Amino acid sequence: MSDQDREISYAEAVREAIGQAMEADDRVFMLGEDIGVYGGAFGVSGDLFERFGPERVRDTPISELGIVGAAVGAALAGMRPIVEIQFSDFTNQAMDQIVNQAAKIHFMLGGAAEVPMVLRAPLGSGTGAAAQHSQSLEAWFAHVPGLKVVMPATAEDAKGLLLAAIDDPNPVIVLEHKLLYRTSGPVPEEAFRTPLGQTAVRREGADLTIVATGVMVSRALEAAETLARDGVDVSVLDPRTLTPLDIEPILADVSRTGRVLLVQEAPGHVGFTSEIAARIAESPALYRLLAPIRRLSGLDIPIPYAPQLESAAVPQVPDIVEAGLTLIKES
Amino acid sequence: MAHPLSDPATARQALATMWEIRRFEEAVDDLFARGLMHGTMHLSIGQEASPTGVCLALRDDDAITSTHRGHGHCIAKGADLTRMMAELLAKETGYCRGRGGSMHIADVDTGNLGANGIVAGGIPIATGAALAYRLRGDDKVVACFFGDGAVNEGAFHEAVNLGAIWKLPVVYICENNKYGMSFSTEKSMAVENVAEKAAGYGMPGVTVDGNDVAAVYEAMETAVARARSGEGPTLLENVTYRWKGHSKSDKNLYRTRDEISEWQGRDPIVAFETRVVEAGLLGRDDIAAVRDEVVQKLRAAVREANSAPDADPSDLLDSVYASA
Repeated sequence: MSDQDREISYAEAVREAIGQAMEADDRVFMLGEDIGVYGGAFGVSGDLFERFGPERVRDTPISELGIVGAAVGAALAGMRPIVEIQFSDFTNQAMDQIVNQAAKIHFMLGGAAEVPMVLRAPLGSGTGAAAQHSQSLEAWFAHVPGLKVVMPATAEDAKGLLLAAIDDPNPVIVLEHKLLYRTSGPVPEEAFRTPLGQTAVRREGADLTIVATGVMVSRALEAAETLARDGVDVSVLDPRTLTPLDIEPILADVSRTGRVLLVQEAPGHVGFTSEIAARIAESPALYRLLAPIRRLSGLDIPIPYAPQLESAAVPQVPDIVEAGLTLIKES
Repeated sequence: MAHPLSDPATARQALATMWEIRRFEEAVDDLFARGLMHGTMHLSIGQEASPTGVCLALRDDDAITSTHRGHGHCIAKGADLTRMMAELLAKETGYCRGRGGSMHIADVDTGNLGANGIVAGGIPIATGAALAYRLRGDDKVVACFFGDGAVNEGAFHEAVNLGAIWKLPVVYICENNKYGMSFSTEKSMAVENVAEKAAGYGMPGVTVDGNDVAAVYEAMETAVARARSGEGPTLLENVTYRWKGHSKSDKNLYRTRDEISEWQGRDPIVAFETRVVEAGLLGRDDIAAVRDEVVQKLRAAVREANSAPDADPSDLLDSVYASA
């Protein structure tokens, strides 16, 4: 089996990236709740505690604001902290340090200081954890100048984008989808970097462009297979990083196909795909559209508990297929 | 790092620092009143002994974090008065190139990791900087300034606890000036002294007369020694008083003229001048010379800052992210 064929899970890919970064650079350390002996709420930190010890894989009390602030201070003082927030919903407890401090320090101080930190947090629904453990808040972070926002959709990107985020001299929010942790894919063993700000073309088709983020990328790819059987040839594009946003490949693909479906798990109202829609509408790609831009988003509701309610709250594969077919019919 | 009453040179330095803080803020107050300064600012006139005593107990390579009322901290840690004034005057040569203003002055070269516009915002950051020094095996200490208002924020409790459980090299310094904007400490706390809260985190809590620069220095020296030796943080409470309002909107409706004038009678600078003369460290002529030098220094700072180019909007978009 060559390196290229090696498959590991998304969670293992994150762990491998952190391990390689910590081996290569003494400044890199991790802090978060239950990341030590417990191995992380989603098992991501795993054996890192045994490998690197309690100083560099630092268990913390349940103090999100305190630990994110500690990461900001450590980054200001020359370290490269990686904070794990157990559920991205809990970033709400730490918003002052994320939004008022980390995002703005470089700017406010006129460039005199940098905050090279990574905040990793699982987002999304699908685990029956209900409204306070299932949100998709990526648009909030993307709306704040000074933050970079990353949403890896594959195991390979989970590793490559995280290593790039750790190298970055800015605060980077990495939102990992909790349903993806156990999915596997080919991941190179070496410490490769996937640059922030490069949209990935996951599938190329002639009839319809689907732009999707997070877990919706794999759902869009599955929907594309179904649509192909109906004779609809679909492109699937994954921006991978919301900030910086690489819009050009999206505009080019939309110009080519003339149809675009934007898919996100988060509620549609003022969501990230609203920004993509606006960018398309502001560009010459607008003149190439054969049908209006269409968005498929989570409902504008908190995520409910019951499994049938939870799955009804966010786009599923048949919803994407149906939206795609409707777009074709409209044009 | 010497006691302010140990020798004439240190006494002179302490006195000059306090006068620089006083005169800087008077100059700022005057420029603002005459419409020559933009925005808002928070003055610490009356509180000069606290930052001066604290920073005298620090090494040059130790760090501080500061607050919205931070001019004194910056000056005591060694900031350049001209660059500070240029920042407040919205100049390109200011510490933040006009992007931060009064509430965001930092001077990384002198160990000032930054003032902060959010109450208690700097406390977790100071704790993290101390963690960084620990992880690097560096023996630096962080002095974390905040006001009495900050101790009722969650950030204070989370960060102080982290500092305590990890025994980090940080000293938490509450400048208790009696009011969080208009809300008095009698109303905001059910204990008498902020320092009592230290017991909840398993660290020493010390209350001192924050208008006595020698008392502040002595308490700080003990706290710094403890922090540097790995024994962990101390909560130091410097009891003081701000003569001016919270900010420019303050009409002083929440306190009496009598209270203000009573505290003005406890001027930390006058008290220190009396002590150094009584101790035979400086003569009245030395003190007059210090005052005069500071006035000249401030005039030069205002003049130089005024003649600097205005902050330039042309590269604003390139100022948001650091480049690798």
